[in-house]
Amino acid sequence: MNTALLILFHLALLLAMPPLLPGIINKIKARAAGRKGPPVLQLYYDLFKLARKQVVLSQTTTWIFIAAPVVTLAALLIAGLMVPFGSFPAPLSFTGDLILFAYLLALGRFFTTSAALDTGSAFEGMGAAREVTFACLSEPALFFALLVLAKMSGALVLADLLHAPLTASWQTAAAPMVLVAVGLFIILLAENCRIPVDDPNTHLELTMIHEVMVLDHSGPLLGLILYGASIKLFILSALFLHIAAPFQAATPLGNALLFLIEIPLTAVAVGLVESVMARLQMRHVPYLLIAAILFCGFGFILLVR
Amino acid sequence: MNLFSLHRLAFLLKLCFSGNPLVLLTAAGLLLLASGIPACFFGRTSNTGQRITVLLMALGSAIGLTGWFRAVAAAQPFFWTHAWSLPWGAFSIGVDALSAVFLLPILLIPALGSFYGLGYHPQSRHPQSGRGLGLFYGMLAGAMLFVVLARDSILLLMVWELMAVSAFFLATTDHDDPEVRRSGWIYLVATHTGTLCLMALFVLLHHIQGSFDLVALPTNLPPPLLTTLVALTVIGFGFKAGLMPLHLWLPGAHANAPSHVSAVMSGVMLKMGVYGIVRLLILLPPLPIRDGAVLLALGALSGILGMAFALGQKDLKRLLAYSSIENIGIILMGIGLATLGRSLHRADLIALGLGGALFHVWSHSLFKSLLFMNAGGLIHALHTRNINQMGGLAKRMPRSASLFALGCIAICGLPPLNGFVGEWLMYLGFFRSMDAASGPAWPAAGLAAAALTMIGALALACFVKLYGTVFLGLPRETNQQAPHDPAPTMLIPMALAAAGCLFLGFFPQTVQSLLQQAVLLWTPTGLQPFPLPDSLIWISRLALGLTGVILAACALVFPLMRRRAAPQPMPTWSCGYARPTPRMQYTSTGFAQMLVALFTHLITPRIRLFSIKQPFPKTESFETDVPDTMLDRIVLPFFRLTARAFPTLRLLQQGRIQVYLLYILLMVTGLLCWVDFFK
Repeated sequence: MNTALLILFHLALLLAMPPLLPGIINKIKARAAGRKGPPVLQLYYDLFKLARKQVVLSQTTTWIFIAAPVVTLAALLIAGLMVPFGSFPAPLSFTGDLILFAYLLALGRFFTTSAALDTGSAFEGMGAAREVTFACLSEPALFFALLVLAKMSGALVLADLLHAPLTASWQTAAAPMVLVAVGLFIILLAENCRIPVDDPNTHLELTMIHEVMVLDHSGPLLGLILYGASIKLFILSALFLHIAAPFQAATPLGNALLFLIEIPLTAVAVGLVESVMARLQMRHVPYLLIAAILFCGFGFILLVR
Repeated sequence: MNLFSLHRLAFLLKLCFSGNPLVLLTAAGLLLLASGIPACFFGRTSNTGQRITVLLMALGSAIGLTGWFRAVAAAQPFFWTHAWSLPWGAFSIGVDALSAVFLLPILLIPALGSFYGLGYHPQSRHPQSGRGLGLFYGMLAGAMLFVVLARDSILLLMVWELMAVSAFFLATTDHDDPEVRRSGWIYLVATHTGTLCLMALFVLLHHIQGSFDLVALPTNLPPPLLTTLVALTVIGFGFKAGLMPLHLWLPGAHANAPSHVSAVMSGVMLKMGVYGIVRLLILLPPLPIRDGAVLLALGALSGILGMAFALGQKDLKRLLAYSSIENIGIILMGIGLATLGRSLHRADLIALGLGGALFHVWSHSLFKSLLFMNAGGLIHALHTRNINQMGGLAKRMPRSASLFALGCIAICGLPPLNGFVGEWLMYLGFFRSMDAASGPAWPAAGLAAAALTMIGALALACFVKLYGTVFLGLPRETNQQAPHDPAPTMLIPMALAAAGCLFLGFFPQTVQSLLQQAVLLWTPTGLQPFPLPDSLIWISRLALGLTGVILAACALVFPLMRRRAAPQPMPTWSCGYARPTPRMQYTSTGFAQMLVALFTHLITPRIRLFSIKQPFPKTESFETDVPDTMLDRIVLPFFRLTARAFPTLRLLQQGRIQVYLLYILLMVTGLLCWVDFFK
């Protein structure tokens, strides 16, 4: 009974909760700037609106353009089944699933960037070029983080790996954990195209990555993309929380509550970063990502003793 | 005459029916070797001759495959030795699981390639080179088959040389072009430098063992000797495999050869170098941990730099060639992990490293030949290799485009295709070596895992760039005559290779037992063998599940989008540009510019900027190019320097035979004097 319930709980969270996070981020940003801001549930309204709209397809595009949002969303949902939420187990876990997790994100990237090139527009090519370039730096950083966790836990299953900080002795593992947490937060910001890497609010083509790649998608396709982006934010936040806040309550209910409080807090943190920081110059973004590699890499080196 | 005596014949017949797969494999090899000969008796423009060649190749492959199945089903090694009248060695061949793994691409890809050649390189349109191409194509395939079977180092060297030379003639098929002659020449020098190392290696082995048989060496070798053997193996076979500092010949030869030749060279011939390394390293006793780490580092270097160079290319086939260097790097990383496993006495690392490497050997031979054959179709349609002049071909060549997309996803190592499985096994090995039992080796394995990730991300960037520039967007050159999908003779081999990619991606567990046997050959006796993980089943389920979900979702979304689509077809909006032109699109050079800039100190792009100096400037042009750092900036300048320094030796080297005979006379007299008077 318990397993089925847990899977249902996981699925419900994975499917329903993600659009909340961008709403929280925007609310925090608005409040920090002294504005009232859009409702927290704005993305849900947007998704409903987009689902009913017409689609404009450019003559230049091929099947890739329509398939990309679908494939990306499917890959993200399957990846989302492998990440445990809080101290609960993940519905889908097997030896070596952590690699599949990273590669599913990459599969989504392959299709999103290809769809951007499919339009034959300079702007979207620009976004795609940036996306694949920055991924070359953020992916090794993510793997260094996973390697640190693997070294600490000796596990090969993402769920066990991420639960390692729960039982790790803080005397020996505190320093690498802090470094990895900082690195993962940078990865979280970069992969989800948040400030300081990308600004999801501007519509100046020269400053964008993700937004500029999906300029030509409209209607339900744009809805799928926005929904997928929020799921990615949700999954990576859940992953980040395992390292940044490895807490456990006494009862399952407590654990569920803990997770439901922590996830919005991550969104608040992202919103605060966005409120106090400006977007970096595009040519400085690689330095930030190399910093993420260094953080996670030094975490790795600290374990070599 | 003795050979044809009745006694011999009866013996051979008995062998044929005794079920020894070696007889079938030898017959297949001989048939492949000779497949181009009948065509030589037909006219230069005769397509019939070419068809006979293809038929013989297919027949040879079919016989070989029968033998292969027998060998694999028997699950035991077979050997056969026959003395010959040459001064050294013997005709000694054998087949075991390791040979079987490498045999499969040899039996499949060249046959596919020669069929493809019917459409791509018909003899009626290539009277100058058609018959020669057929002759050497079969010779290359047959020679590679015997390379994998040879159990005697002299025989190995002979077929190795046959392979190298026939590849040279294939690579220089269009030798009217000076660029082709240049790259062929570089290949010939490089391959013989490798062979020189191999000769030294086999002489050393003979010195140690007293015979030319390829059998395990004693375990008490002095460390310097062991290091020398490893270095000679890696350098000698590395030249053929195209490992990073030794890859000089590879981009040029692959780019300038006809496409089905590139497919076989890249998909199969490079693997012979890998085979050599894998075969020779088992003969050695377990190596120090350092050597495994060096192999990992070399593999990572090949992988990262190979992909960085590929990103800078705008020549379609040069790009694919650099990506072969990257894939060989990945395979070497797997071998490095297995070597570490042997030093540490860890069966799991051996199984995952070598299993991943061997799986990737298959994967690469499938998707790389798919991509090269596809490239041939593009070159036929557009008469250029420059991808910056292509674009928008998905609309006009839809079948090629879909097959190419599949190849790109596979080569990036993305699930659910075969490229992912091999890399996944290796990652599993790297992560497993994070535990306490791997002692001082784990940082190396960890770094290798991070490097493999970077390789994957770079490959994704490169192949998105390639697919996007070639097939998506708008056509960049407006004066092309309407290109169309290639003929079925070219599409069918591509589709078969693509089917192979799908099959290996969806059902990797089917090849598990063969890989397991090959891994057992590497596992030292007394070590509990590690079963390749059952999670291969999981990979299979997830691949099928993912594909099912995607297909179901597409089946839902596509009709919906068609119904919802705005009635009028529109051009791309892209923020309201009124008049978008194809020239505004990102080119491949522009797409890769940021990444090339990140690697600029290693890959040294050549950029010719223009500056406006006069008030009324003339038409100027901007040019960028990524030459090969190793070849164009290090090796060729070095050779030019030596060529300038050596004329001083002309005093001795006069080129007259009499003078040389005089030298010999003087030398012999001198030696005789030395022996008589001073000894």
